[in-house]
Amino acid sequence: MRLRTVLHRRFHDEHGTAFVYVTPSAAILALDGLAGQLVAGFDVPDGVDDADFVAQHADPAEARRALGDLVDLGVIRPVDEVRPPAAQLPPMPFPLATLVLNVTNKCNLSCTYCYEYGADKIATPAAPGEKRVSRMTEDTARQSIDFLLRSSAERPQVSITFFGGETLLNFPAIRAAVDYAEQQAKAVRKRVHYSLTTNATLLTDEVIDFLTTHRFGITISIDGDAGEQDRHRVWKSGAGSFADMEPRIRKLIATNKERKGRPIGARVTVTRGAKSVIDTYRFLTGDLGFDEVGFAPVTAGPDRTWALGDQGYENLLAEFSTLAEDYVAAAAAGRAHGFANLGDLLRELHQGIHKAHPCGAGLGLLGVSTEGELGLCHRFVESKDHALGSVRKGLDEGKRTAFLEQAHVDHKTDCRVCFAKPLCAGGCYHEAHVRYGDATRANLHYCEWIRGFVDLGLKTYARILRANPKFFARYESS
Amino acid sequence: MKHILPLNQKARRLWAMVAQSRQQAVALTQDPPPTEYPFGCTTIFAPGWEVDSSGGTNGLCQPIERDLYDCYHTCYWPAQVPDGVTNAPSWTASCGAPMNDWKSIDLVFP
Ligand code: SF4
Ligand code: SF4
Repeated sequence: MRLRTVLHRRFHDEHGTAFVYVTPSAAILALDGLAGQLVAGFDVPDGVDDADFVAQHADPAEARRALGDLVDLGVIRPVDEVRPPAAQLPPMPFPLATLVLNVTNKCNLSCTYCYEYGADKIATPAAPGEKRVSRMTEDTARQSIDFLLRSSAERPQVSITFFGGETLLNFPAIRAAVDYAEQQAKAVRKRVHYSLTTNATLLTDEVIDFLTTHRFGITISIDGDAGEQDRHRVWKSGAGSFADMEPRIRKLIATNKERKGRPIGARVTVTRGAKSVIDTYRFLTGDLGFDEVGFAPVTAGPDRTWALGDQGYENLLAEFSTLAEDYVAAAAAGRAHGFANLGDLLRELHQGIHKAHPCGAGLGLLGVSTEGELGLCHRFVESKDHALGSVRKGLDEGKRTAFLEQAHVDHKTDCRVCFAKPLCAGGCYHEAHVRYGDATRANLHYCEWIRGFVDLGLKTYARILRANPKFFARYESS
Repeated sequence: MKHILPLNQKARRLWAMVAQSRQQAVALTQDPPPTEYPFGCTTIFAPGWEVDSSGGTNGLCQPIERDLYDCYHTCYWPAQVPDGVTNAPSWTASCGAPMNDWKSIDLVFP
């Protein structure tokens, strides 16, 4: 019978041990010399005859045995094996887990790269005479809570994320939503988890007290030290914002630590010409005291001056791998490390996550506009083309299902042959929309970078397992 | 599995599944495991009327007498054994020690 190695990625650690990441199952296996030979030897498009291969091997009995194991584990399979039908959607309507409330689309800063206002915005412009609501009313916030609770089926816990614009410009809506959610959730015996993203400029003592009391998961958009922050994150006057936010961030982090709150994360937008992420990471965790730092390359058309060019992505990957060294050292000592991008990837690798869709948008997560309209996620809510109903009238299930079907990774031709598919699944819909004008397209401009990052994750995973085999137990679910 | 080590959670689960299905396959090719038959009745078509190569019942895989008598006396197993409850109350009267004189049990014609 002709057998062939399925889609996979082989890699080695510094001791020469071979590993394989098996794409169809998302399993990670360590291979000895013989198993490594088999996985490589059968990696031929037309396959290899198993009897011939075994007969020619120095130790046919062992080769046959190892081959049997690899076949049963789904690493090497018959060439003509019928593929299972393209993965389907989970039973719809899929219960909601998270609602992102755009409580305002106004901002007090004028970051040059912002997609909300800049040339890359996707908001449908207001028709002449049409009046748009730029702040969510407390009523709409409460209706959103009702919508979430009734759309979450049996889930014992739901999440509400507040987003903007600058979220804290509409603190009254946040407070109204939280008070109402506490009361309503109790009635239906669900737990609610809150989170918010803010630029920190409006963190007053009152706000800090409120957020830490309700155990918010807080993410602060900050690009680094004063020099970094003030390059793009500026007031309308053009002046940098660092000096205004720094003391507020310190106060928030101190209060949160005192109250043993959830980890506070920094979200750094990486633009062309930015300082190395290593310096930025050290500053944000070491100096300011953040628990986690996540880096996101700016979403922008390629001709924007702040867009990362190919060279920028390559540098970013090199810097990520330097930061990964820190991660390995911390993990070896049994300590958590705050490099959020890598931490998330390692968790997904360990669990063997296999995504049919890149993110929860439209599936377990929806965005709500200031007016109460539903969108795929917070980035889509101002776009009428992507509207999916409203919190009052309910979700347009037909449109939702149609989108998810079309956005399924099996419909993205290039992704079908990509080893990183279980983790990437084509990438962010919003990014694809900005790049290609079609949210269901694969982000092919990203592939090199994604695959490079997954390679880094795989190598790091193997190194940590050797240094501290118990480290990943923290990610295990039954 | 001596050449491959499953590392992540997914791989470990997969391997557990493979190992389990192999165990089941092996079990089918071996002698059936000793089964605990409920006393007085049985759910399989156990030998009840056969003899071993020497014409006796000692070599059979289980004491047929147990089936014979228990089904006859207590639980009425109509397909194989005349029922002693209503139709053939004196069926085994001619047989005092079935290990030796089972041949004296006669056929029953309904
Ligand atoms: S977008 Fe690129 S990296 Fe992502 S799954 Fe598709 S082909 Fe792979
Ligand atoms: S579509 Fe993009 S921005 Fe929206 S939730 Fe998914 S990854 Fe995030």
